[in-house]
Amino acid sequence: MSALPEKMGNANKKKYILEGLSSKLFQFCALISVISLLLIVGFVFYKGSLPFVVDGYSFIDFLTGVDWVPSEEKFGILPMIVASVYATIGALIIGVPVGLFTAIFLAEIAPKRVAKFISPAVQLLAGIPSVLYGVFGLAIIVPFLQNVLNLPRGQSLLAVILVLAIMMLPTIVTVAETAIRAVPKTYREGSLALGASQIETIFKVVVPAAKSGVMAAIVLGVGRAIGETMAVILVAGNSLIIPTSLTDSLRPLTTNIALEMGYAFGSHQNMLFATGIVLFSFILILNFVLAKISAKGEK
Amino acid sequence: MRTLKDNILRGFLWFAAFLTVAILVTIVGYIFMKGYRLINFDFIFGDYSPTGHGGIWPMIITTIYTIIISLIIATPIGIFAAVYLQEYAKQGRLVRMIRFATESLTGIPSIIYGLFGAVFFVTTLKLGMSIISASLTLTIIVLPVIIRTTEESLKTVPNTYREGSLALGTTKLQTLYKVILPSAMPGILSGIILSIGRIVGESAAIFLTAGTVAAMPEGIFSSARTLTVHSFLVTQESGDIELASAVGIVLIVIILVLNLLATFISKKLNKANY
Repeated sequence: MSALPEKMGNANKKKYILEGLSSKLFQFCALISVISLLLIVGFVFYKGSLPFVVDGYSFIDFLTGVDWVPSEEKFGILPMIVASVYATIGALIIGVPVGLFTAIFLAEIAPKRVAKFISPAVQLLAGIPSVLYGVFGLAIIVPFLQNVLNLPRGQSLLAVILVLAIMMLPTIVTVAETAIRAVPKTYREGSLALGASQIETIFKVVVPAAKSGVMAAIVLGVGRAIGETMAVILVAGNSLIIPTSLTDSLRPLTTNIALEMGYAFGSHQNMLFATGIVLFSFILILNFVLAKISAKGEK
Repeated sequence: MRTLKDNILRGFLWFAAFLTVAILVTIVGYIFMKGYRLINFDFIFGDYSPTGHGGIWPMIITTIYTIIISLIIATPIGIFAAVYLQEYAKQGRLVRMIRFATESLTGIPSIIYGLFGAVFFVTTLKLGMSIISASLTLTIIVLPVIIRTTEESLKTVPNTYREGSLALGTTKLQTLYKVILPSAMPGILSGIILSIGRIVGESAAIFLTAGTVAAMPEGIFSSARTLTVHSFLVTQESGDIELASAVGIVLIVIILVLNLLATFISKKLNKANY
């Protein structure tokens, strides 16, 4: 392209400068994601490490402490870590089998007309604001648990688990269905030709072949559950105790940040950033797992 | 024995699908049943008042502000970034780094974006709890969506288009603006629609950056609440499920319209390519 520049007219020169400038501009725009990520990680980690590096708080005490009393400078987030982990695992136990079975149903068993109707509906539900799941949880699930289990308050670990399980359903169904549909037809035909039944084919051939996509669906679902904030605030009860039963009120990591960020300052505010670091670490581990899975899938 | 096991598993599959559909229908149905009585002209277009249920016009305006501002910033950046990745960049470390960053941004929970926005835009850049702080935070949230969808649609533009255009003596830039981008437009549009859905549905990040003032925003530098934050706060503060559901109906209708629009456009896209 840059051949014989000396013969170029003025207009052409301008054109080439413009070309060069625009390619630089495009590159800069692409780098904005990198800059944003660095800024986010940098700010959260910088603010979150201040209490430990400058103010002399112990990071171990922060992770293992059971008392969170900002007015007395006590910052222990073990109850919230336990709450986040329990809520996520509980939601997985309910959400994964239901979501996965629904995905299998839609991809393999459902009559075409049924699947054509349900799949877009489920996709639509993936887009519904998460706050509304919380509103529904507070209006229906919480009173229901309160009445059936005879609790003083229905806002409990079980309520959080149910709301999160419902919220992750659309994500798991949509991603897993796509993965299952992508399994080549020859796999199914081969298995059926060997005399396996349709159900055997699904569970022994099709689902194992779609394993990496299914795992990705689960990891995405976990990501949604562990990061959810506003819906959880409404149904968690937000007590600062280590939940020991399904009926205990709890405060996961995310809700701690959202509830106190509005009025926190000084080391209290920095401690909320430290809470963010812990949450961030969970997500990073998840992303790492997801990357490993999709790398395996590509092989 | 085999048929019994098969039938049990088949039963579970039907049951799971039924359960999923039933739960999701119940949620949407409940919100409509609970909230529809409040929906009328005054509710949608009326100013908010703390007494009674109050109109939601300020929240609708705030939501529209956040959509417009974040898209004005995120759309060109996202499209240019995708153009760089697909049309200009040589595969290598830089591209891998950009892709890694974009993917990582997708996985960050919105509360972390909220924390970042609260310290960076609100405090460090001194923009205060405001619509502009929230919109800038949302810009980063939707950027990966726009980059990814634009990249996907650039991939579908056949190479013959590029070659044909370049062979006619156009520059790369002219080819981009006159040939590639126009034929990738439907994909780019559906990315923008997806982003609008994401912005409308976002709550935690906005809660920490725009604040909760329930009044008509005076401008983009005032604190205000969006529809989702409003729905959250009336539930949390006063347990007004009816009002929260009425706001929910408005949100669901917006999402529904956006989805239909996206489906319509992607059908157009498919027609254009085959």
